[in-house]
Amino acid sequence: MNKKSVDVKLCTGLCVILLLLTMLLSGCVTIRGSGDLGVVIERASGSVHIINTSNRHSISQVSGLGDLSHASVVFSRDQRFAFIFARDGGLSKLDLLTGKLIKRIVQSGNSIGGAISQDGRLIAVANYKPGGVKVFRSDDLSLVADIPAYYGTANKRSKVVGLVDAPAQKFVFSLYDAGQVWVADFSQIDDKASLQNSSERIKITKYPGIGSLPYDALISNDGRYYIVGLYGESGLALLDLWHPELGVRRILKNYGAGKRKLPVFKMPHLEAWAMAGSSAFLPALGRHEVLVVSQNNWKLKKRIATHGQPVFVMARPDGRFVWVNYAFPNNDVVEVIDTVSLKVVKSLKPGKAIMHMEFSPRGEHIWISARDDNQVSVYDTNTYQLIAKLAMQKPSGIFLTARAHRTGL
Amino acid sequence: MRLLLIIYLCSCYSLTSAAISQQRQQALLNMLRHDCGSCHGLTMAGGLGPALTKASLQGKSVTQLQYIILQGSRYQPMPAFKQILTIEEVKWIVNRLRSGEIE
Repeated sequence: MNKKSVDVKLCTGLCVILLLLTMLLSGCVTIRGSGDLGVVIERASGSVHIINTSNRHSISQVSGLGDLSHASVVFSRDQRFAFIFARDGGLSKLDLLTGKLIKRIVQSGNSIGGAISQDGRLIAVANYKPGGVKVFRSDDLSLVADIPAYYGTANKRSKVVGLVDAPAQKFVFSLYDAGQVWVADFSQIDDKASLQNSSERIKITKYPGIGSLPYDALISNDGRYYIVGLYGESGLALLDLWHPELGVRRILKNYGAGKRKLPVFKMPHLEAWAMAGSSAFLPALGRHEVLVVSQNNWKLKKRIATHGQPVFVMARPDGRFVWVNYAFPNNDVVEVIDTVSLKVVKSLKPGKAIMHMEFSPRGEHIWISARDDNQVSVYDTNTYQLIAKLAMQKPSGIFLTARAHRTGL
Repeated sequence: MRLLLIIYLCSCYSLTSAAISQQRQQALLNMLRHDCGSCHGLTMAGGLGPALTKASLQGKSVTQLQYIILQGSRYQPMPAFKQILTIEEVKWIVNRLRSGEIE
């Protein structure tokens, strides 16, 4: 047998094996959507679970994501990819369908969440150290823009908080140390954008003097109002993005600092706008209260007494009820507020150290993480029955792919 | 008031962590990593609050650290823990932070 015929046989053999492998692999792949998937952060172990909210189980666990304390997630518009913002500056792109980590970069020393642009092509990350915002392409995580948060005359950089996406390809964020709001307009950035050619095409509008120590912010569901919590003084700062020429003004002048009664063991999150009709529900700062505010005139309508200092105040997607969790040391209780009677109608004890709550896309279920019980529970939001329990290590944030199509999430 | 507290803190130096049960120590470490960690980072590398790593605490006054934990900060979001922690527990926590042993 000469060398050539050996080669031919070897080649044929390899082809057959490859063909078999391809058939085997394609046979294993089930075609499925991703609209009922989500991610649960395991903060201490640097891992996440990919969850299925239809049959309520964990599909897989992915590790190697860095320091996930205070981690958050946004989703690509096709709801296939999760972008995970880690505390240590890590930015990871995760494929929810294959369970594979596509890419992970460490883009700063210390970061606090991010946002995805309206068109889904850009990912922005808010950084504490060095203070500023970095913007990446969502396809390959290459850097498009670096916006250092310089302020004052000493060229100091501020920590950046409350970064959200806004309509017309904008990102809005606040400078913690500087007391400013910046709006970065990326509408002139196209597919060929790179770090080299982007800087002159990004328009940044700065609003100084918005108040002392802005610690978090939210944008209303319609992308109109950007509202900033101020730690250093009373009231909230509001930017109406339909009327940017009016600048940032103060609303709810008695909110927070001036009337604070208790030490704030955990800063409340202003992640989502809990809206029901024309009322907004806000966590009070340093008080055991949820505040009901009219969105027409930004006046306080009612203070609802609660079990503790609220951390997350989340409206069920239909707005009929608002679910609230609380700061340490009252963090083992979740309460439900009826948005018609404005009363607490239910109290639940889902476990120790409740970190986060996330509604299923249309709100029939709520997922609740209990960090110190190493458990995630799923409740029926109409009957309050516990319908599933999932064991996870120190679970914190829960993020479902339905967020992909909501401004500010 | 502040002076009195500092004097009291100084006078308690003879107390050791032996007074704090093993179970309570675990609870304190969990609190430190996860609750304090929400501002100072899981590894104490810092976040909205300053870093509390062994290196970053070099040269800082022990008494002042204890005071801030008990009384909180007037200008920053650091809350007072005097209703949550005893002075002995605060001392123990500061020692652990200064030695970098928070696991």
